[in-house]
Amino acid sequence: MTITSLPAPAQAPAQDIDALGLRESATFDRATIADIQRAAATGVYDIRGWGAKRKVPHFDDLLFLGASMSRYPLEGYREKCDTDVVLGDRHASRPLHLQTPVTIAGMSFGALSANAKEALGRGASEVGTSTTTGDGGMTPEERGQSKHLVYQYLPSRYGMNPDDLRKADAIEIVLGQGAKPGGGGMLLGQKITERVAGMRTLPVGIDQRSASRHPDWTGPDDLEIKIGELREITDWKTPIYVKIGASRPYYDTALAVKAGADVVVVDGMQGGTAATQQVFIENVGIPTLAAIPQAVQALQELGVHRKVQLIVSGGIRTGADVAKAMALGADAVAIGTAALIALGDNDPRYAAEYAALGSAAGYYDDFQDGRDPAGITTQDPELSSRLDPVEGGRRLANYLRVLTMEAQTIARACGKSHLHNLEPEDLVALTIEASAMARVPLAGTSWIPGAQ
Amino acid sequence: MVTLTAPETSTMNAEATRPAVSADSFSVDLAGSPVRELNQALHNAVDGQSWTVANPEGKHSLAVGINTDVTVTINGHAGYYAAGMHQKGDVTINGNAGVGLAENIMSGRVHVKGDASQSAAATGHGGLVVIDGNASARCGISMKGVDIVVGGNIGHMSAFMAQAGRLVVCGDAGEALGDSIYEARIYVKGTVASLGADCIEKPLKDEHLAELGELLAAAGRTDNPADFRRYGSARNLYHFSVHNSTSY
Repeated sequence: MTITSLPAPAQAPAQDIDALGLRESATFDRATIADIQRAAATGVYDIRGWGAKRKVPHFDDLLFLGASMSRYPLEGYREKCDTDVVLGDRHASRPLHLQTPVTIAGMSFGALSANAKEALGRGASEVGTSTTTGDGGMTPEERGQSKHLVYQYLPSRYGMNPDDLRKADAIEIVLGQGAKPGGGGMLLGQKITERVAGMRTLPVGIDQRSASRHPDWTGPDDLEIKIGELREITDWKTPIYVKIGASRPYYDTALAVKAGADVVVVDGMQGGTAATQQVFIENVGIPTLAAIPQAVQALQELGVHRKVQLIVSGGIRTGADVAKAMALGADAVAIGTAALIALGDNDPRYAAEYAALGSAAGYYDDFQDGRDPAGITTQDPELSSRLDPVEGGRRLANYLRVLTMEAQTIARACGKSHLHNLEPEDLVALTIEASAMARVPLAGTSWIPGAQ
Repeated sequence: MVTLTAPETSTMNAEATRPAVSADSFSVDLAGSPVRELNQALHNAVDGQSWTVANPEGKHSLAVGINTDVTVTINGHAGYYAAGMHQKGDVTINGNAGVGLAENIMSGRVHVKGDASQSAAATGHGGLVVIDGNASARCGISMKGVDIVVGGNIGHMSAFMAQAGRLVVCGDAGEALGDSIYEARIYVKGTVASLGADCIEKPLKDEHLAELGELLAAAGRTDNPADFRRYGSARNLYHFSVHNSTSY
């Protein structure tokens, strides 16, 4: 959030807070006090980007066991550990075959600059993975630079057209987003330039609110018919994903399978957004860690685990996170926030400019304002020109390679010749909460809270 | 297997996916062949062809994604998403249509002789959708440039978040007409149960009478444009403001 709308603080004399013995309230901490002051000053709720910032049980709370007497490890630099994944071969005649299971999540042109979208396409294509459109249609830059492009089918249907649908390598029907399950998109007027407005059929400069419900179907029975229509239009060639924000992933996954999805995408509450009310981001949805076992259970009970692929997103940062998600049963993962950081988001070299915006490198989340010093979440021509799409693509490709190699390192240590061979038995939990959510035993015990 | 019937022969064993005769007439009986083969045949069709569909029996996704200048006549009732994402040519349904008729239509023309269910012409970007009977709730929801002419009444929440295009209603409109509307224009001849947030009545000027006359004529109707009222956006909710918090 920004505090620039508040009066400048009076110059306080330098003092040592600790020496004074002052105690900060855990309930009313400084961020909470600032939120109340901001609300009182402006009369509107705080809108920001990024995902949940609160601490929730996460992949950090899991550890791999590694090989031991009873399990053989693979040679770290010699023996093969495959990373490829096929997505969408349940019903589609042209499934995707990706070289790494780390994909790029949906982010719109509008929320992101054209250069940023191009950089995402370049980076993903370089390592043989997919990138995804967002709530603003498909741009030629993005299609041109993306070897595998997933076309989102959203409630707003901005820019939706059958020509782009047929050009897509996969279609992702979006029901929700981890940052805001139950909420529609939002793009404030600062970012509604002529090009963005034209693609969305909206007046230039207005605050755009996307619908939160699809306009022509309601519920799983309708969704089945809708998927049938999209398959008919694309002659059953194109894989169809269903993306849900993690709230009731057991039921939502089962219903998506029943409706005919080829792939289910589950986005946890740490998943990012370009602009949403902070109260929504922090208080709606469940952590990624809690969502995965529920989705996997639904797939297993229906006998379609690995047949209907599961893509997990929301807080993936390292190859360890990738490996842990896959060990819990995901077929692939998606990154959004981490990909933007790889492009240069929150880079300390813009420290002075973040400070001028009332933020700091490492904290900047005002993606809705369109004044991103890194030139990523903006439509301002001067700012967006700071991001070189070729260099950005190279940085993203580097990062994707590191994620993949890190995941391979762990998989080999666990004796797995493919990332998909990782399994829950390779994991233990550090905390009771993580153990209960991830359904793996607390380290050093055989205890899984809640297990029958 | 689609049975393709050319005029001069009673039955042809032509491949469903590759009609042997161009610029000609074909008929498909859905009592004996699946929707998949009909749509594949229509996707492989060439400009100028004319297709007749018998026994649709309310099946879903009939004649979706048509991208050639063909004429399709469906003799009977259609299910969900009839003529969905229509791009070129004419589709006529001699019956009723289910949910999402001509959803996301880009151009061309879709004509329903009976009634249409919810979300008719939802998110349509262009073209003309004519419904001789009534349309249900959410007619023209999120419309983005399509023109819609309804001979009868429309249900509640019609033209919700309508962005562009024209919606003409020769009967009455249900509750919350044009809620959160952007730049679409709505013409209603009968009563409006209630207007949605930020939708207001606007003056019917000469330019509006002229475009309304053209739309009615295009739909084959004889209603007098002067008998209609016009509705559109007050544009008060285009920007977030604390003062609007009670408007939603």
